[in-house]
Amino acid sequence: MDPIRELITTRHNELVDPLLKVWGVEIAVYLFLGGMVAGMMVILGYFLFKGRHKELRCSCALLPGLCIVLLSVGMLALFLDLEHRWYFWRMYLTFKPASPMSWGAWILLLVYPALLAAAFLRLPDLIKDLFASLGRAVEKSLANSAFVRTVGISNMVLGAMLGIYTGILLSALGARPLWNSSLLGPLFLVSGLSTAAAFVHLIARDPYERVLLAKADNGFLSIELFVILLFVIGLLSSTDVHINAAKLILTGPFAPLFLVLVVGLGIVIPLIIQSLAVSHRIRHTPIAPVMVIAGGLILRLVIVYAGQASHWNVISALK
Amino acid sequence: MARYAMVIDTKKCVGCMDCVVACKTENQVPRGFDRDWIVYDTKGIYPTLQTEIRSERCNHCDNPPCVYCCPCGASHVHERGGVVLVYPEKCVGCKACMAACPYDARFVHPEGYVDKCTFCVHRVEKGMNPACVSVCPTHCMYFGDLEDANSEVSRLLNERPGHRLLDSAGTKPQIWYLD
Repeated sequence: MDPIRELITTRHNELVDPLLKVWGVEIAVYLFLGGMVAGMMVILGYFLFKGRHKELRCSCALLPGLCIVLLSVGMLALFLDLEHRWYFWRMYLTFKPASPMSWGAWILLLVYPALLAAAFLRLPDLIKDLFASLGRAVEKSLANSAFVRTVGISNMVLGAMLGIYTGILLSALGARPLWNSSLLGPLFLVSGLSTAAAFVHLIARDPYERVLLAKADNGFLSIELFVILLFVIGLLSSTDVHINAAKLILTGPFAPLFLVLVVGLGIVIPLIIQSLAVSHRIRHTPIAPVMVIAGGLILRLVIVYAGQASHWNVISALK
Repeated sequence: MARYAMVIDTKKCVGCMDCVVACKTENQVPRGFDRDWIVYDTKGIYPTLQTEIRSERCNHCDNPPCVYCCPCGASHVHERGGVVLVYPEKCVGCKACMAACPYDARFVHPEGYVDKCTFCVHRVEKGMNPACVSVCPTHCMYFGDLEDANSEVSRLLNERPGHRLLDSAGTKPQIWYLD
């Protein structure tokens, strides 16, 4: 007969019992939008660095504004998740190097100026006509290729920092075995890049960019698949608590979402569709990018919820 | 420098929950929430089963992940005794500390900040025991300074074997349960 272990507790704190549920959809949406904006900043920075802003139909005209809107929606979701929300400004009264959330708060503060600088380079003609001095400043900045490249590099660097931070935010919380992997940062970064490539693919007006982004997305999706594999192997080759955490997404209640919607419909199928499109066997359609974007959101939902269901106590209601 | 700790004799604890009631009364813990609680931990191979009854709370860890992850310095280690506390007025309610605690010892106070056991530091500073310790009818709970070799907690830990909860999590908890 197998040994048994049973825990009965009189504690019944809201959001804690029977399973931790402190973070919900808001945090998943925030991590998803933060990751996608991070990827979009990398793409935007690359286009600026390569001088593509001179092209009339370059996506870099739309990306800064879209990034600001999407990131602000993500930050609104984060704000709504805070329990003492009108005290949020207290995050900016200190810097805690050991706290990923503190890093994130300050990175988010730096991201906005970098995006505004990129938006400044492609100000709409209407604004330039209305404010002539602003128009002259834009022309002067565009003539300075070193400045444009600096803006591009700033966006790439801050985008990478934002993308990695969204993963490190969770992986630094060692109390949740599913999150306790150093691969969560790279996974969220590459997932952010793939969703961003898919999103820019959807809005790109230049056929060259659409093909370029489809090829890039195929690369990101392949790397994402590989990182997921390493992430799972890392958990399965660790302690009992980590193996139980892996079971939550491989055979447990989160397995259908993770295996079917994230890995299957969010990575493998779009990878096949886009590979066929890139090799001119089928036409480019919005189907694959939409699947990638949806897969990116569901990945965050699964990791946020399954992570909270994993625990150092080997016993779990969801085991 | 003092290092406050608690030692709980599991051979004496009957799970009467006096400690829970005392804590709720002393600290005006809101209805529906607990800063401390009772756990019945049964293990073994049937019919040779053993049940350990424990009074649990925040472990005031020496390596507190809740303090490290706090983005605004609300979770902190008190200057006296290494007690882990929360400044309600600094807490933004991001709940990172709750996700970081392997003991799930924290909760969101209805007023929006994160709350937890304080080792009744307001009583300890006046020379009294925490409320839970002072009311225990079986005298199974002991509180004191581990840095003082003559304290009751140091003596008990020298005399009897004990264990800490989820030691493998590496947080160095400061509550010992005598076997």
